[in-house]
Amino acid sequence: MASKEEILAGLAEIVNEETGLETDAVQLDKSFTEDLDIDSISMMTIVVNAEEKFDVTIPDEEVKNLKTVEDAVNFIDNAQA
Amino acid sequence: MSRKVVVTGLGAITPIGENVQETWKSALQGVSGVRALEQDWVRTYDLPVRIGALSPQPAEDVVSRVQAKRLDPSGQLSVAAAREAWTDAGFSGRDADTSDEVDPTRLGVAFGTGIGGVWTLLDAWDTMREKGPRRVKPMTVPMLMPNGNASSVSMEFKARACAITPVSACASGTEAFYQGLHLIRSGKADVVIVGGAESAIHPITIAAFNSMQALSRRNDEPERASRPFDVDRDGFVMGEGAGAVILESEEHARARGARVYAELAGAGLSADAHHITAPATGDEGGPARALREAMESGDIAPEDIKHVNAHATSTPVGDVPEAGALRAAFGDAVDQMAVSATKSMTGHLLGGSGAVEGVLAVLALTERTAPCTINLENQDPRIDLDVVTTARDLPSGDMVAISNSFGFGGHNSVAAFRSV
Repeated sequence: MASKEEILAGLAEIVNEETGLETDAVQLDKSFTEDLDIDSISMMTIVVNAEEKFDVTIPDEEVKNLKTVEDAVNFIDNAQA
Repeated sequence: MSRKVVVTGLGAITPIGENVQETWKSALQGVSGVRALEQDWVRTYDLPVRIGALSPQPAEDVVSRVQAKRLDPSGQLSVAAAREAWTDAGFSGRDADTSDEVDPTRLGVAFGTGIGGVWTLLDAWDTMREKGPRRVKPMTVPMLMPNGNASSVSMEFKARACAITPVSACASGTEAFYQGLHLIRSGKADVVIVGGAESAIHPITIAAFNSMQALSRRNDEPERASRPFDVDRDGFVMGEGAGAVILESEEHARARGARVYAELAGAGLSADAHHITAPATGDEGGPARALREAMESGDIAPEDIKHVNAHATSTPVGDVPEAGALRAAFGDAVDQMAVSATKSMTGHLLGGSGAVEGVLAVLALTERTAPCTINLENQDPRIDLDVVTTARDLPSGDMVAISNSFGFGGHNSVAAFRSV
């Protein structure tokens, strides 16, 4: 079970790997599309990599609700439980 | 009077060089790019062919780590070769949007491939079988589609006139010149980035080409395996890489003060409608007709042509008809042509070969030197051509150099460059 801090750090690494964005840029209040300029294809890659990293399932219909980094951290945190 | 089309930039990433300069130097020195393949899969599948001509990887400042994840290996090679050609052509910015000299809506792309993203497709299949459909990458389709390379080059340089993909097997790279010539002559574009790329050295393609007896099995002597026109040739050697050329209307090139390497004077294209793999022969065969179209479209006489970069793949059946087609199209003037078979060094880059060989043909004109044909120890007596074994000076004065490509499916393409 990863803590929320670990989930954020892990997500930041995944985002960096996919987009080249610095890990520091991946903050809880950032919007994936508005602030981080992540398109839907990159988002799906990030989701699948997060599923693998945190051993959770993120249903496709849930992805549209993950607007901010915090949304994703919370979803993964709950899904682990 | 149709618009003159000139060559203003060259790019290449090949088994014998990371760029144009290195590739040309190797081609003059007779360096082979063919090596024993060391990948695990060679042993895993006990492949009967264990040699190939691998390309260097593009540098990270040309294709970034993130960009590389979104491009098939052939796309990475395409962008690298096109980047070199773009820079070489002297445009002031990184792309058409940031360069004052070219209107993005007047910049086109014609970038060919033989197969497309074969690694991407087969990697995705492996992932699917090992991890299930959820793990198949969302970028799989854009990376495997054959137009992916043309699209990537278009996006990289903000080319908005068009981005077309000649797909004619091993003739694709030369067909790109044909398409580029006509895009400019027709007035559709002022500048076209033409080229071709392939990265398909995969156990499946090796097995498949081997099944049709197309590949050399000279595994113990990789550097001697690709031997076009030699009596002991036993097949081609798969290679990978890319070539790219900036074509431009003469008017446009002069207006921006660009250096001009050569004129793309003419080009030819034909289909055999004969046999899926065996080339058509004789006076009315596809290769001879493509050669004649190249002459006619460039107002070229056979006597003008002093150098031929031959298709010459080193297969037992392919090399002889090419010699016949040259004689059928050019008559006795062929005796005055210095013929080079550079696949002897690079291996066969499939859809990339015509693009790289076009670059070499242009350099042969500007440097007045015909590059090597290595491994020609005993010339096949059925091939009555003056083949250049060690780099040889070409005469001074006006001249034409041609580059031929003939592909499975009966696709034939020829590009004819005139000195300026």
